[in-house]
Amino acid sequence: MKHTLLGFVLVLLLALPARAQDAFVSALRGLGEGFSETATAVERLGASGDPRALPVLRALQDGRLQRLPDGRILVPREAGFVDAATGAAAEATGGEAVRVNNRVRAALRGALGQLQILSPDAGERSAAADAVFRSRSAENVPLLKTALERETLPAIREKLRLALAATQLVAGDEAAKRDAIALLGAAGTTEARALLIEAKAANAGLAAPIDAAIASIDQTLAFRQAGETLFQGLSLGSVLLLAALGLAITFGVMGVINMAHGEFVMLGAYATFVVQEACRGTALAPYALPLAIPFAFLVTAAIGALLERGLIRYLYGRPLETLLMTFGVGMILQQAVRLAFGAQNREVISPSWMQGTLLLPGGVAVTQNRLWIILFGLAVFLMVVAAIRFTRFGLEMRAVVQNRRIAATMGIRTGRVDALTFAFGSGLAGLAGVALSQIDNVSPNLGTGYIIDSFMVVVFGGVGSLAGTLVGAFTLGIVNKVLEPYAGAVLAKVFVLVAIMLFIQRRPRGLFALKGRAAEA
Amino acid sequence: MSATALPAPAGAARITIRLVLAGIVLVLAALPILNALPESHALHVSDFIVTVGGKWITYAILALAIDLAWGYAGILSLGHGAFFALGGYAMGMHLMRLIGPRGVYGHPVLPDFMVFLGYKELPWYWLGFEFFPYALFMAMFVPGLLALIVGWLAFRSRITGVYFSIITQAMTYALMLAFFRNDMGFGGNNGFTDFKELLGMPLRSANARATLFYASLVLLLISLWLCWRIAESKLGRVLVAIRDAESRVRFLGYDVTQHKLFVFVVSAVIAGLAGALYVPQVGIINPGEFSPGNSIEAVIWVAVGGRGTLLGAILGAFSVNALKTWLTTVAPDLWLFALGGLFVAVTLFLPRGLIGLITKAPGR
Repeated sequence: MKHTLLGFVLVLLLALPARAQDAFVSALRGLGEGFSETATAVERLGASGDPRALPVLRALQDGRLQRLPDGRILVPREAGFVDAATGAAAEATGGEAVRVNNRVRAALRGALGQLQILSPDAGERSAAADAVFRSRSAENVPLLKTALERETLPAIREKLRLALAATQLVAGDEAAKRDAIALLGAAGTTEARALLIEAKAANAGLAAPIDAAIASIDQTLAFRQAGETLFQGLSLGSVLLLAALGLAITFGVMGVINMAHGEFVMLGAYATFVVQEACRGTALAPYALPLAIPFAFLVTAAIGALLERGLIRYLYGRPLETLLMTFGVGMILQQAVRLAFGAQNREVISPSWMQGTLLLPGGVAVTQNRLWIILFGLAVFLMVVAAIRFTRFGLEMRAVVQNRRIAATMGIRTGRVDALTFAFGSGLAGLAGVALSQIDNVSPNLGTGYIIDSFMVVVFGGVGSLAGTLVGAFTLGIVNKVLEPYAGAVLAKVFVLVAIMLFIQRRPRGLFALKGRAAEA
Repeated sequence: MSATALPAPAGAARITIRLVLAGIVLVLAALPILNALPESHALHVSDFIVTVGGKWITYAILALAIDLAWGYAGILSLGHGAFFALGGYAMGMHLMRLIGPRGVYGHPVLPDFMVFLGYKELPWYWLGFEFFPYALFMAMFVPGLLALIVGWLAFRSRITGVYFSIITQAMTYALMLAFFRNDMGFGGNNGFTDFKELLGMPLRSANARATLFYASLVLLLISLWLCWRIAESKLGRVLVAIRDAESRVRFLGYDVTQHKLFVFVVSAVIAGLAGALYVPQVGIINPGEFSPGNSIEAVIWVAVGGRGTLLGAILGAFSVNALKTWLTTVAPDLWLFALGGLFVAVTLFLPRGLIGLITKAPGR
């Protein structure tokens, strides 16, 4: 009596899921009977929407699904097999792999897409929505509608709606098609545009709305393109700004032409690499980049101070000699780094919060690390301005630049100010190196690519003017990127160089020329 | 710019220098003859030495050109390598045309790289380069024209000193980028190579080697004589005055722009000719010759030898390149340290260069 009761309860318990899985279990039987039976079974499994069908189909796709002579289907696990119908562990002896042909493969793709679109994993759902968008078969319409009802994540909802629209464009009725066209037009992607052009050939009656949708997409795309070009220009501009800020101090303020400036940038990048390696495996690893900022500044500033005190100060008032001498120093630094770290590129890994792409309103995609560099460049610029304006050191620096002898009589130690100013400029180059390590290859000749452009920025903006450096850097960056699609990267650069040469015909002292007495200094 | 005048060496020193020069010329002139001796002979000189010697002579001519502009007029060009390379490209185009149908693709007219890149016919700017005199003319004309344009733009708006240096560096950098492009029609990345012959002489023959060597030597002497004449003339005095006090010369009524432009163009033409002789001797020309590093290396030859002395430039070109050839075989890693060290040492401790050591003229 007790046993019958227990058995009854057990049957009840098992019957609930069993009824729901009836379709699943019965569909399993077709697998391995023959290619066309297998394909039908796969389609039925896909339509069942049962989560347990997913591992079965994946195993089939990989050719690892086993069928025993008694018709049971075994799914491989990490170790051994389980019975697909009951979930119990089973021995695979005597079984053979279920074979697939092209028809089965096609059915598999559709079924996997159907199952994945209902998968609990958001990434899988998103990928499945993309796949359905591309495959566009009419039978997916009910599935997509179910999925849309269930979906909670807005990003995936959007994808599903597009996939539904794309499907209805080939399979829906007139009204559904019109809605689909409007939706695709609003999506503003190149894929949607291609779909619409395809649909235009098939639906002559809908030519007008389709044309309108395509025009709207073209507009969106042009806008997005402009936004992305602008962003790239700002990004290049911020890099130039960082590289040129140090020059604006050493060359613009002190009048010392430092051809080793590019090598200081390179040293900053290597300092970042060193900090990263030192932090590797420790609790500090995620903070390596923020830690590298002061480290790179101090290292390059110290080398800069050493260079100024040890060599450059003997050549004050002889700019051409300074140019040659610092070029030699740059060579030595470059070769020293090449011997110490090797000639190959070193990899500096961006922290996770800097990786990935950010989608701005309007669909403009911006890479996070470049966005950070723009912010970093502006922050450094503001700090430099503040340091020169509001600190004691800035005051002394301006005093020495304006009138060295009077400054000295006022008790300013001009030699110390010279060293500090040069160290400051060099440290800024180090900061540029930290930023560049995130977007460029860290190699011994990292700096050579930026030095000429940086000088151009300073000359263009006006020597001795920080505002000029800011405007110059962003102007050059944006002009470069705007020209690139028309002329190619190299010719764009050549054009910019020529344009600057012509520009200083009109304004030999740059965009923001110093006026009055300061101009003579 | 140093305000120190660099007086012409006087008396005994002057004679010493001229004797040294005559000695160098004689030794150099003997090289191809010694090369013709049988290999077993004690005084035989290898082909390699003759080629390297010829190459160094063209370097010396380039140094001379830089010294004329920098040492006398105070124009420090960091783009003279561009004039040298342009001259080289002009000669390279001639040599490419002479290959004719013997290229790998066997096209009767087009050089290999053009066939490879799908050119149907010769670009217009290649026309005429099959004639040697035209190529030689272009090797002077193109660098001269570029110098005229850049110089006119720069000197007119009184861009001097380091600003001019940076502009010229940007110029050679821009040219390098441009010549790296395949669709410029100059062979892109690979430039020109695989030359066969010049003026009917196979380039690998001893005859061609000796001819090119003597041509370089003669050009060196002519350039030296020309620079000397310019330096000794009234024009030369004005140039030195411009170097030391440009504004004063302008206020005295001289046309500073014209003077600087003249010397800059002459200098560029000499550099172009040097490049034209360089290419057949090394057998290759590619955009790397435009790299800013090359130009600045040439400037350091002049600085090492002693600028404003002409002979110093030649001396510097030979000694630095000898050091380079030796060091890059013995300890390649050290060469860049040595070169960098030269920049530092010469500017700090030897502002008058090697010549300054010999002449011991009254110091600063």
